[in-house]
Amino acid sequence: MPRPTPDIPNASMADIAFLLLVFFLVTTTVANIKGLSVGLPPPPEALPPEDVKIPERNLFKIQINSFDNLLVEGEPWMGSNDQLTEDIKRFILNNGNDPTSSDTPQDAIVSYKTDRGTSHRKFIEVLDVIQKAYYDIYADRVGVSNDKWREIASDPNKSPEFAELYDRGRGRLPDGKLEIPMNLSIAEPTQVGQ
Amino acid sequence: MSKFKKKANVKQEIPTSSMPDVVFMLLFFFMVTTQMRDTSIIVQQRIPEASQLRKLQRKSLVKYLYIGEPRKVEEWGKEPKIQANDVFIQPREVIQWVNQEKSTLDESERDQITIALKVDNETKRGIIADVETELRKANARKLLYSTNIKMAEF
Repeated sequence: MPRPTPDIPNASMADIAFLLLVFFLVTTTVANIKGLSVGLPPPPEALPPEDVKIPERNLFKIQINSFDNLLVEGEPWMGSNDQLTEDIKRFILNNGNDPTSSDTPQDAIVSYKTDRGTSHRKFIEVLDVIQKAYYDIYADRVGVSNDKWREIASDPNKSPEFAELYDRGRGRLPDGKLEIPMNLSIAEPTQVGQ
Repeated sequence: MSKFKKKANVKQEIPTSSMPDVVFMLLFFFMVTTQMRDTSIIVQQRIPEASQLRKLQRKSLVKYLYIGEPRKVEEWGKEPKIQANDVFIQPREVIQWVNQEKSTLDESERDQITIALKVDNETKRGIIADVETELRKANARKLLYSTNIKMAEF
């Protein structure tokens, strides 16, 4: 004689699952590794002694003091960040037209110097402006938006199309050098503040 | 009129029998993707905003350094400190920390290590520059200043 099969009530199963779901929803943190990416120069002792004098015209100097005030090319900067981006773009793409501005994009160097007392917020704000100038130029050269360019630059090996755009945007030459390298020099901070 | 009446009489019920299945599916998704954070951050973290963000692809290659004023001011003072894993370290200990983190990676990937600096807004450049100098010496030269995305200004 078959025994009656015991029934497990399953009406509350959905509730339990919901409870667990809510728990995991709340505790989940989407790993957010986004930010401004920079490359540091090699260690000081590995660098050959520098006696090359960089001509003044190939340097775009941006300095910030310990009160977070901005000095651009030796003058206090009163304009907006967008104007600064435009100025940097014009400097990079001068190609020798203006005798006070850069010779070629390859020679153009953006020199960024802060003080030990400069706040990190200001540092990031201006670094953002400088990087925007470069990304805008790259994006313009291949006819994509700035957002799209950064997506490409974040993962150029994703597809052959990305790799091609990435090389073309920066103007990769046969010898591996770039037509428009991001020559951003972040100098050792001065010691005035702090 | 009769047309409308007919429609009103139809009983509409959403079948709920598949709800547990749907919920379980979501549940498994979140269970699998959830990663418990293993370090508790003991410095202030008001992360600056920027617009030109780039995303890192290989999460396993990223190691974090947190810099900011300690949360417990009465215990640790107001000077900004560097937190690595769960402890405070001095700038000169950064090289050692980098080597230690490198040893957790595959040998072929050690030179691709990326350091994400999560720095509080109000921290001064001085201490960050010290850390950068040490990172150069430790040959960990890929750096990411962790930032939040800046919403468009109006």
